This record gives sequence, C-alpha cells and structure tokens, in this order.
Amino acid sequence: MAEFVFFLNKAVLSGLIIGSIYALGAIGLTLIFGILRFAHIAHGDVMTVGAFFTLALAGILSAMGFSSPIPLVLITLIPAMALTAAFSIGLDRIFYKPLRDRGSQPIIIVMASIGVMLMLQGVVRIFAGTGTRNMFFDQPKDIYRIPFPGSTRDLVLTEPQLVLIVFTFVAVIALHLFLTRSRLGKAMRAVSDNADLALISGINIDHVVKATWVIGGGLACAAGSLLSMDVFLKPDLSFNLLLPIFAATIVGGIGQPYGAIAGGFLIGFSETLAIFNWSVLLRPFKASLPFDLPSSIALVPTEYKLTVPFVILIIVLVYRPTGIFKGRVL
Amino acid sequence: MSFLSIADLTGGYGQMTILNSVNLSLEKGEIGVIVGPNGAGKSTLLKAMFGLVNVTGGTITIEDEDITRLPPDRFASRRIAFVPQEYNIFPTLTVNENLEMGAYSRSDDFSAIMEHVYDIFPPLRDKRDQVAGELSGGQRQMVAVGRALMIEPRLLLLDEPTAGLSPMFMSEIFDRVIAVNRTGVTIVMVEQNAKQALAIATTGFVLANGANAFTDTGKNLLANPEVAKSFLGG
Repeated sequence: MAEFVFFLNKAVLSGLIIGSIYALGAIGLTLIFGILRFAHIAHGDVMTVGAFFTLALAGILSAMGFSSPIPLVLITLIPAMALTAAFSIGLDRIFYKPLRDRGSQPIIIVMASIGVMLMLQGVVRIFAGTGTRNMFFDQPKDIYRIPFPGSTRDLVLTEPQLVLIVFTFVAVIALHLFLTRSRLGKAMRAVSDNADLALISGINIDHVVKATWVIGGGLACAAGSLLSMDVFLKPDLSFNLLLPIFAATIVGGIGQPYGAIAGGFLIGFSETLAIFNWSVLLRPFKASLPFDLPSSIALVPTEYKLTVPFVILIIVLVYRPTGIFKGRVL
Repeated sequence: MSFLSIADLTGGYGQMTILNSVNLSLEKGEIGVIVGPNGAGKSTLLKAMFGLVNVTGGTITIEDEDITRLPPDRFASRRIAFVPQEYNIFPTLTVNENLEMGAYSRSDDFSAIMEHVYDIFPPLRDKRDQVAGELSGGQRQMVAVGRALMIEPRLLLLDEPTAGLSPMFMSEIFDRVIAVNRTGVTIVMVEQNAKQALAIATTGFVLANGANAFTDTGKNLLANPEVAKSFLGG
C-alpha cells in the first residue's frame, strides 16, 4: 500500500501540479495565437516577470511592516496578476501592435517576440540579479500530510501546490463561463474563428486584443508565481517551461483553449509517468517475479525529463498536426 | 439625392485599379442586382462600398452621409450590413451565438429581432444551439444572412448568396431575400445566376471591365437582346 501512495504522490499528484502550470501557460499562448495569429515566444518570460512582480509586491508589503497569517506572496498574487496583465498590454502596445498595424507577416512578429524574450530575461537580471530566491521569505511553507487508509505513508501536498490545484480548477471554470456566457468572451471566440467577419460585424477588435492579453498575462503570472512558490524563483524560470507549454498548446490544438488545458495535463502526466520509478510498484511482488527486480525502472531518467514533451510534440506534428481539439496547423 | 448613391467610383487592390468610374444609385426599399462576367469587378464594387477596397476616386453616400473610405468596423453601427461570399459565418460558434455576434454593435435588447430572423429562416430555429460549421451549405448561408439582419440594416450587401448551392436551395435563398426586402431593407446583391437575380431586381446593373455597361430595371435588362446575348448566355 505504501508503494501505491508513493505512486500517487510521485506520479499522479506531481502530474496534476506540473500539468496545472503547463495548462495555465498554454491557455494564454493558445488564445494569443487564436486572436493575434502569432506564437508568443516571450510567454515563458512573462511568467518569470509575473513571479517577480508577486515577490516584489510581497517585499514592499513586508518592508512596510505588514505581516499576516498567510504567506505574503499568496496575498500579492492577485494584484501581481493585474500588474502582469497591464504589463502584457504594454508589451503589445510597444512591440507587437506597431508591427500588426503595418501589416507585418506573423513570422516577423514571432521574431519580435524572440527579441522581447531576450530583453525580458535581461531586464529581470538587471533588477533581480541571477540568484535563486525563496518566495516564502516571511514564513515556512505549510506541508499537508493526508493519511491514506491502510498505508503507513501519507499523501503529501504543500501549501502552494494546494493553492495551484484549486486556482487552476477555478480558473478553468471561470474561463469556460467567460468564453461561453459573456459577450466579450463570445467575441473572442468569434475573432479567433473569423477575424474579418468579426470586424465587419462591428466587433471591437481592440477590446478583444486587450482581453486576450489580460487573460494570457494574468494566468502566466499565476503559473510563474505558483511554480516559484513550489520550488524557487530563478531568472531562468522560463527556460524549462517554454517548450512544454508550446508542446501543450500544439498537442491540444492551436487556438483551442480547452485543448490547451487538456494538452497541459497530458504533457504534465506524461512527464511524471515517464520519470516515475516503476520498480517501486513491483516491489511487493518481488518474490513471485521470475526475474531480479532492478532498483530503478523508469522510461526516462529525471534529468532528461524535458525530452518527453519534445517526443510528444514530434509525434503529434507528424501524425495529427491539428492536435486533439482540431486546432490550426502551424 | 438617392438613398444610396455611388458616383464615379474608382479603386482596386494596391496599385491595381479594378473599378473605373462606376455609378450606382438606389431608392429606399429597392433591390439592386449587380451582374456581369467574371472579373467585371462585381464583388470588388460591393467590397468598396464596405470600406474593404482601396478607393482612389469618387464618392459613396447613403442618406446624404458620405461613407467613402469609412473603416469596415464602423458600418454596423450605421446599420449597413455585408455578407461576404465565403467565410461568412463563425464556424465554431453556435447559430444563436453567430446571431448575437451580428448584434455586437447594439446595446439594446435584440431578442425580438432574433425571433424575427428565426421566423424568416425557420430551419435555423431548431438548430440554434448547434455549431454553425456543422450545418449544410444552405443553412450556413441562412446563418450568414441572419447574422447581417441582426442590426436591422438600412442597407444589406449580399455577395453571391447562392454560390455553391443546389438549385432548390437557390430559389429558397431568393425567396428569403424577397422576404427580407419586404420588411423594408434596401438590398444590393451580386449574383452569378443573373436571370433569377434580375427577375427579382428593382434595378439591375450590368458591369463589364470595371465599368457600367447597362443600367435598367431588372425586367428591361432581361428583355434586352443585347444584354441577353453578351451577359446572360443567350
């Protein structure tokens, strides 16, 4: 039983956690692609910037002598999301909109977003240095041990992980309601479906573009902040995030928000299941096995985790380029 | 001045001039039909009226308001609607949502006009919650026209509404166009099926090489042997 709980912790819960991060990032990417028709390479770095906003706001609160029973970063997460949303709109205004207005090819805007990515990486290092930071500077991370019936081992979840799972659940439902019930949400789907017809129907494209950056930037900030809370905040946070998030977007179907969610979890679970040591699950049956059980049976060593989304991405691009939810083809 | 009046309109795409000094005028409540051979500039004229083509000369006025070079997103609020020939629906939105998007420029309650659209196109009523991209060609065309009707247009521009439809659906669409016109909507329509279209036209405009070739009532054009010989296939 202890082995099964180990599996739940290492494969299922971990998959849920990293899958949530990927899903939150991929929703933004897929919406930006659907509305603005370009792959926003700088999205990972918007996540980093968002995490730094959360930490900086918490630092300001702390310096003002503010203290609270819940960690400061969890309090500043929501204002940091708003700040990142405004920051994203600013990026669009300064770097992408002038290119769009000039009628530039999407590939030129993609190149611009690579420039924005490199610039953001530099800006973050100028202001925050290159070191690793602990988001929980004011108090230790709560760790919840949930006893599992019939096992000596507990299910283990940390405070930011719990917040992340709840946040993702709420965000996905809110996004669904927004896209299917609200006038602006429906207009976003309409622009993604047929931008020219949306224009001649009198839909205000500018509002739709702003809403896209607000959702994309806000969710990127949440994902970056909660991931940094779960581990540490590093200026190169985006480095290990960008590829899985693009893989999730493409696997789910480009331009399909529900696809991005499914793709995020698919990539997340694939990663954790691929690096899971299956030997542990077989240990109880050691005596009846016809062969010696090796100490480790994993598909991929942990340090090569990043190959998993690569492999999935290539398989999808070759055999089903529209992704699970029939998105656009790159 | 007429309700709709186009005077000496010249324009095209980029450097290429397609329309050469085209004139067109219609009174309120009329159906104007633009016919002509392929490449005559029929669709370009319609797009030029909706700000989608680079206009280099001439004027377009509706009820004495100059709408020449008005950006395409400003037409809905002036109750001028355009139904493009292709890509004229939101395929992943439901029928109901397509109609709602048509009414995006309205801030009032549009449930009555939505019911009216379902009255004009009864087949859509049962499919209101179905995704529009899954409908048949004829029904999609109904969604496209229905979306345009949501602003209760003064002027409705239709670009080949029967393109690609079977003859049965074709006459169905023409019937609906007449029904829409009877509710007081002025219509300008480009059509390949010139004979059927001219039969319902108040005024017909025959274009050739981006210029007016003949302008007369629909009936007279159908009876004109020269028009029949050159443009209606004998």
